[in-house]
Amino acid sequence: MRHDHITSTKQLSRGDIEAILDRAGEIAADPLRFADRHEDALLGLLFFEPSTRTKMSFSAAIKRLGGDIVDMGPVDSSSVKKGESLADTVRVVEGYADALVMRHPSEGSAQMASEYVDVPLINAGDGAGQHPTQTLLDLYTIRESAGLDGLTVGIMGDLKYGRTVHSLAQALTNFEASQHFISPESLKLPRNVRYDLHEEGSSIKEHTDLQEILPSLDVLYVTRIQKERFPDESEYRAVAGEYQIDADLLSAAKDDLTVMHPLPRVDEIAYDVDETDHAQYFEQAHNGVPVRMALLDTLLEGQA
Amino acid sequence: MTDRELRVSKIENGTVIDHIPGGQALNVLAILGIDGMSGEVVSIGMNVPSDRLGRKDVVKVEDRELSQSELDVLSLIAPAATINIIRGYEVAEKHLVERPSEVSGILQCSNHNCITVDNEPVTSRFEVLDEGVRCVYCDTIIRDDLAAHILV
Ligand SMILES: [Zn+2]
Repeated sequence: MRHDHITSTKQLSRGDIEAILDRAGEIAADPLRFADRHEDALLGLLFFEPSTRTKMSFSAAIKRLGGDIVDMGPVDSSSVKKGESLADTVRVVEGYADALVMRHPSEGSAQMASEYVDVPLINAGDGAGQHPTQTLLDLYTIRESAGLDGLTVGIMGDLKYGRTVHSLAQALTNFEASQHFISPESLKLPRNVRYDLHEEGSSIKEHTDLQEILPSLDVLYVTRIQKERFPDESEYRAVAGEYQIDADLLSAAKDDLTVMHPLPRVDEIAYDVDETDHAQYFEQAHNGVPVRMALLDTLLEGQA
Repeated sequence: MTDRELRVSKIENGTVIDHIPGGQALNVLAILGIDGMSGEVVSIGMNVPSDRLGRKDVVKVEDRELSQSELDVLSLIAPAATINIIRGYEVAEKHLVERPSEVSGILQCSNHNCITVDNEPVTSRFEVLDEGVRCVYCDTIIRDDLAAHILV
């Protein structure tokens, strides 16, 4: 892979993605073989927004490669609170680490930060922009359960602000996937993602009702619709209720439908779905460690 | 004043930008960073009748030859503009504007949550698409009314 920084899935070719997923597969099969691979490596964690999962997953990944973390800690207690620019922060912190992982509330923050540093920088979420490592673990999960080509994939929920959705939809254009987008009218895919799918020759099939497309799906990727996206609570309740699934509703789906979710969920997937063979979201979350190990291994190897 | 008079009225040295869409002359000056404070003699004709455009604007900047790359950004708001470089009262060079592949420092991103509109030292950059421009940082596509996004 020729990339120093991972800011968006748009920069990843099919070959890049497959190389990372293959390595993740090797790691998952024999993690101990990779245990001292990057013994002195330090991963800098810059989380300008609270995150538990992604941060823990990256920490576990670097530690399982033999390395360690240096953590900026919460924004409240850092110099950012004192008004330091992001450009300055990353230029200081790159001196402490061999690679950086960053989550920031502004779109484009990872791209900007990457222009100021020489160590590899990984975007762990930039506002409503991108979340490429989530996509890599999503693709790994899809590949494990259904294979990556010839699939019919439904992506549902907040497609407008959902960064995991944007990254996944763009990455899937590398594979022979037919993508269906299911959302309320007000939360449809943003113009830039539509533009990219169009440029890649993917047709955009949009639905406001899951039921009309559910029986033909191989994968259903569910995301959370946040209350803050609506003017008031009652409107939120009315709309969000349309995009919740339970075991009963899934009886209309294919037997081997894979249901995924970037987690955390609130009420968009009922607990009774957990008991069905469709549920892959916990497996998906666990895949974060080997996939992030594979990505870190690739990037750190490139540095050596 | 006729089109003919405006286009050729004698300046000794400088640049004449013709065939700007009517009403865009001030935006053209803003894009070129010409605000009159650096002393150039600038003449503007606005809403001059034109066969090609109906109404057009014309801008003349004396004693300054604008470079092709400076002028190419004009293509975003004045795609039909023609450029005459004047030397010794004669038209020494004639150019059309060409769409550049990227423009930087000219436009402000329309996404209020974009890192480039924060207090960061970064210069805005946009990829130029067939229709509109796209922020290199946050990916936002701006299609309509580019002039409203000119940084001044
Ligand atoms: Zn932007």
